[in-house]
Amino acid sequence: MSAPHALLEARGIGKSFFGISALEDVDFTLQQGEIHALLGENGAGKSTLIKILTGVYRRDRGTIYLEGNEVSPDDVAAAQALGIGTVYQEVNLLENLTVAENLFLGRQPRRFGMIDRRTMRERSRTLLERYGLNIDVDALLSSYSVAFRQIIAIARAVDLSGKVLVLDEPTASLDANEVKGLFTVLRQLREDGVGIVIITHFLDQVYEIADRVTVLRNGRLVGSRAISELPRLDLISMMLGRELQHITRDHQAEPETIDDRGAPSIQFQNYGKKGSVAPFDLDIRPGEVVGIAGLLGSGRSETAFLLFGIDRADSGTATIDGQQVSIASPEAAIANRFGFCPEERKTDGIVGDLSVADNIVLALQAQRGWMRPISSAQKRELADSFIKSLDIRPADRERPIKFLSGGNQQKAILARWLVTEPRLLILDEPTRGIDIGAHAEILKMIERLCAEGMSLVVISSELEELTAVAHRVIVLSDRRHVAELSGRQLTTDGIIRAIAGTGETEAA
Amino acid sequence: MIHARNLPFVTTLAIFVIAYGLCILQFPNMLSTRVIGNLLTDNAFLGIAAVGMTFVILSGGIDLSVGSVIAFTSVFVAVLVGSFGVHPLTAFLAALVISTLFGCLMGAMIRYLMIPPFVVTLAGMFLARGAAYLVSTQSVPITHEFIDTMLGFYIRFPGGGRLTLLAMVMLIVFAVGIIVASRTRFGANVYAIGGNIQSAELMGVPVGATTIRIYALSGFLSGLAGIVYTLYTSSGYSLATVGVELDAIAAVVIGGTLLTGGVGLIAGTFIGILLQGLIQTYIVFDGTLSSWWTKIVIGILLFVFIVLQRTIIWYSDRRLAVRQLKEV
Repeated sequence: MSAPHALLEARGIGKSFFGISALEDVDFTLQQGEIHALLGENGAGKSTLIKILTGVYRRDRGTIYLEGNEVSPDDVAAAQALGIGTVYQEVNLLENLTVAENLFLGRQPRRFGMIDRRTMRERSRTLLERYGLNIDVDALLSSYSVAFRQIIAIARAVDLSGKVLVLDEPTASLDANEVKGLFTVLRQLREDGVGIVIITHFLDQVYEIADRVTVLRNGRLVGSRAISELPRLDLISMMLGRELQHITRDHQAEPETIDDRGAPSIQFQNYGKKGSVAPFDLDIRPGEVVGIAGLLGSGRSETAFLLFGIDRADSGTATIDGQQVSIASPEAAIANRFGFCPEERKTDGIVGDLSVADNIVLALQAQRGWMRPISSAQKRELADSFIKSLDIRPADRERPIKFLSGGNQQKAILARWLVTEPRLLILDEPTRGIDIGAHAEILKMIERLCAEGMSLVVISSELEELTAVAHRVIVLSDRRHVAELSGRQLTTDGIIRAIAGTGETEAA
Repeated sequence: MIHARNLPFVTTLAIFVIAYGLCILQFPNMLSTRVIGNLLTDNAFLGIAAVGMTFVILSGGIDLSVGSVIAFTSVFVAVLVGSFGVHPLTAFLAALVISTLFGCLMGAMIRYLMIPPFVVTLAGMFLARGAAYLVSTQSVPITHEFIDTMLGFYIRFPGGGRLTLLAMVMLIVFAVGIIVASRTRFGANVYAIGGNIQSAELMGVPVGATTIRIYALSGFLSGLAGIVYTLYTSSGYSLATVGVELDAIAAVVIGGTLLTGGVGLIAGTFIGILLQGLIQTYIVFDGTLSSWWTKIVIGILLFVFIVLQRTIIWYSDRRLAVRQLKEV
């Protein structure tokens, strides 16, 4: 197995979109017969790297070697021909075709120029038997479950390419048994000498199947290690970008204990939803910032969806000022004076073609109902005052919001909720994709708002940001609230340990 | 084995057989080979155009230019032969080249300028119609020895019916269409693009080349339909065949092809054409019904089929869900 060259080697890969760098100087090496996990948070550049290797995107910089020869796959077909096959998470195969048609699309066996259906059927059967699938290859793909489709997609990719197999989140929609089946197939392929790249956010599965991991963060390479030499704690700090020994910062200002803030005004008890987040208790006091930390897929955003009524809780109660309330929809949440800035600002937050002013008054208008429109004078006044107080630039309330920078869009969305004078504001990744100046301003604003008595829930994968602004941090792992840190425990170190599940033992 | 996706086709076939049976009960003469021969000849140009339309719809697109291209071709051929004395075969060839290139151009615009097919072919519809007016606004009669020979060629059925050359052309187009759709890589790519264009692209289907070829094929068949129409009416007229693309779409949908693409059969379109022809024939036999009843019945059939397709999709989704539950 010690070939003179690595199976696939990428050196100094760089790629930017519209001037924004997505990947910078990333190296990646895949050996023959190796399962290599590619890890990182949202926006780390995993998908971009994969798409460059498989010919979907063209790289701006860098070189790719396949078995020692420089290659340059310009499109998917070229990458497939070179031997690099991919199975994507979402767009997979074609449901309207039969299994056999899917397996041989574009390379159907032919006789006299006509597709030879009989040979195609027979070859499909033998191909799938190798994967332990004994199914009707003439049935439509849509009649099989996701797990079967996944294996069919892998069979196609390996049969087509045969050297490198790239799997993007292959286990995201599989149950435990199906995952086991998939891993058996992957181990068999590893035996056969296929190099496998797997993107996943399930760390347990990484430790179960992978030989090696490469971690990306913010478009840069953090490191590449053999999994046997990498304790879970180190892996998590690689992903979250903090070296444990380098953490010198303590949570500075925590003069008051939590109890000084008075009784909790908003209480969630045993609140949860099956398949989304396990039941949790959460008390929020006026003027308190509660942070939520966890890896991608740990249930961070799902918790926010529950709190804001986007997902409906199937257990537990919500209490506001001692009165039990039902938060079954965002409308109900808004009526209880909750606000929510979602993670996907572009798709879920702004209405790009509306003006800044229109975007700012949107939630207030929704709260008042369509029968009581906001007058344009009132709208102007509100917009101008928030543009001024939040320093939104350019200070032009009539400009369509899509022409503003990310940081200013984020401020406008914050303004949208602030005009409704919420008692609880939920911010999901409020500082993602915005420049450093705006970043600091938003953190400052969070502090100011809680000084005014507003409660905030802040979700972030930037641990330093959380430890800086939050009074308490709830740590999530595997869709479960596993720890609550406050006071002196509230350090990036503590959060990482809690995520890794060693918090109790080490802290004690 | 009957796939759920072929159920609409089977249903159309059943409806056709039942409807034909009922017609024969009322008018036994409708069974005669004469009626069948005429039905095929009368609908030959529509059938040819509908084969092209089936490929377009299977790929998830639409071609609104069909009727206009037929009109343009027929005027163009009539003027070349009638006024300029060009040999019919040369005129046919020129017309086919023009209509095919026209289809190529529309396909390229759809793919490379990323304009929806509806818009591109709507523009093509106006363009071809305008070009037809430009050639001649008059009805141009066409007489030529060669054309008379062509029209005189037919196979006689027992019972006095005739399978004319025009009907033969349509049957050949359908036969070739069925083979291309089901037995060639091009056909498989058409289904793939109609199923999910992104998946198809990621699976390595040459989406650009295939799209251009689909619309080129539709253009070519529209041109061929125009030639057949010219022979059928022995004239070319720029105001003719308005809305024929809609009749073709109706035949395709009644034949069981999903308007969203990816599912359907060329043979289904053939039954769709026969069903439309059957309704017209029935109205002629009845003699008291207005010809508008054709449109009404086709409208009702379209509604029935759209509802039927929805139901089948719901049903197969539910069956899948049940099966997956059982697996767990």
